[in-house]
Amino acid sequence: MTTSRVTRAERAVPIGGDVVRRPDALGAGTRARYATVGRRDTRRTLARWFLYAILLLGGLGMIFPFVWMIASSLKRAADIYSLSLIPPSPTLDNYREVLQRTEYVRWFTNSLVVAAITTVSVAFFDSLAGYTLAKFQFPGSFLIFIMILSTLMVPTEMLVIPWYMMSINLGWTDSYWGIMFPGVISAFGVFLMRQFFMGVPNDLIDAARLDGFSEFQIFWKIALPLVKPAVAALCIFTFLGNWNAYIWPLIVTRSEEMRTLPVGIAFFSSEAQSSFHLIMSAAALATVPVLVIFIIFQRQIIKGIVLTGLKG
Amino acid sequence: MTLERRRWVWAYAFIAIPLLFFLSIRIGPTLFAFWVSLHQWDPIAIERPYVGFDNFAALSDDPVFWKALRNTWIYVLIGVPVSLVVSLVIALGLQRLTRYVGFYRVLYFAPYVTSLVAVGWVWRWMYMPNGIFNDVLGWTGLGPFNFLGTPDTAIYAIIATTIWQALGFQIIIFLAGLESVPPVYHEAAAIDGASGWQQFRDVTLPLLNPTLVFLVITGVISNLQVFTQVRAMSSQGTGGPLNSTISIVLYVYQQAFQALPSKMGYASAMTVVLFLMILVITVFQLKVLSRNNNDY
Repeated sequence: MTTSRVTRAERAVPIGGDVVRRPDALGAGTRARYATVGRRDTRRTLARWFLYAILLLGGLGMIFPFVWMIASSLKRAADIYSLSLIPPSPTLDNYREVLQRTEYVRWFTNSLVVAAITTVSVAFFDSLAGYTLAKFQFPGSFLIFIMILSTLMVPTEMLVIPWYMMSINLGWTDSYWGIMFPGVISAFGVFLMRQFFMGVPNDLIDAARLDGFSEFQIFWKIALPLVKPAVAALCIFTFLGNWNAYIWPLIVTRSEEMRTLPVGIAFFSSEAQSSFHLIMSAAALATVPVLVIFIIFQRQIIKGIVLTGLKG
Repeated sequence: MTLERRRWVWAYAFIAIPLLFFLSIRIGPTLFAFWVSLHQWDPIAIERPYVGFDNFAALSDDPVFWKALRNTWIYVLIGVPVSLVVSLVIALGLQRLTRYVGFYRVLYFAPYVTSLVAVGWVWRWMYMPNGIFNDVLGWTGLGPFNFLGTPDTAIYAIIATTIWQALGFQIIIFLAGLESVPPVYHEAAAIDGASGWQQFRDVTLPLLNPTLVFLVITGVISNLQVFTQVRAMSSQGTGGPLNSTISIVLYVYQQAFQALPSKMGYASAMTVVLFLMILVITVFQLKVLSRNNNDY
């Protein structure tokens, strides 16, 4: 990006300079050359406009399903097949009906509680484990690291059956703990945090030791603040993953009150007998809060996803 | 106690809870899944007889399993390449933007943050014979098509939704990869007279290789585990019509948690197959990545 701007600026110097004030004073060849450059610049501007337009069109295509979802959710049942983006006679009745017929507020709260607690737990324990594996040499440390790393290869789907049996035997089904326990520490996060803690200078840790800090204080007060961006990224990643998690909450919950938002929405939608005005309201209730949060914090969220994606 | 030993004690104290977690919630259950796969296992039955590799033998005779395996690879082999090409093209475009960058990123990234269950239903609504896609196609005199109700098209309709949802993530990772290509290389190539396409092919693409490998692997693994969108979008959520969209994970779910009597041993055998496929891909990834490291 910068390079193209620089070259264009360099080229612009003779054009913007004193010489150009009287172009007739220039030789024919020079004039022709300036004309080509000018034409090339117009072509570039046009190409740029075209790029903006094409990408805008594609982007609007990307969010069209959301637009259509909102539009459908505001239509009366009788108008649901109308093609217009603006509902002929807009109504909030669908939302009212969904809120009345379902445990939406409860599901939302469940998802929030589960995602929040899991995120805090992952942030703490993954940092602690990552720090330990990055900065301590102790008998078995390599073995433990390899062991944790190897669990990354096992797909969740292989574990849901054992987890389910475990939950039945220990009475964890249909409880917050039951929904959360598989995710309270993540191998991916341990690996990620270890990568970042490796970058913390050992001198700093040794200096803190000389100052009489305990090992936990060094972790908490010296090392952790240095990798704050990584922790934030891990938190965003974990929260999103748990907020949208589907298969395990679907298996482990029984009662309507314990469902998380995706599970509740799925059950409601398949029971709604193709009443798409209601289903779209339910979908909107599930997606709009996340979209709003995303739009507000898009910079941080995208940065977090990139950071976790590339270091992992 | 020496200083070193004292540090060991701290280290063990720090790692104790995570270690306990991984042993009991990850490694134990993994081994247990293998164990279950060798049994005929109904959780409410008293007898859970050991059957050796019978479950695996039964799998090889089960047409639905083969269908699920085949479909799962269709999800992978069509979904991954198409989404990578599309997202790379979009990323190359977005990379040139200097204004409204945040706005554009929001547009393309929004689907990725939303729940797949909810957007799956939105797409199902759009795909309906009387939904908006058919209305628009109707203007050109085509259709109506029952996209999700026809065995030939249903799986591709679901793949389209999967691509749409994952696109944002891939674009963002591509953008990060493109940013890490030093502009000097492009300048040098431009001075040598390389055209735009040549620059892309001989400079950008090779330097983007690690990003590409990462996205291929994560894409393949996540498509091998496809479940949510099939359950949300296929007719009755059963992988229909005529099992044309059923995936391995959906079949696992049905056999373990919906079938009566529950066939958890059989379902576990399927998860073992899934595990082996992912294992091969992971090992392949480690090989490719380490070779890359030697190159540079």
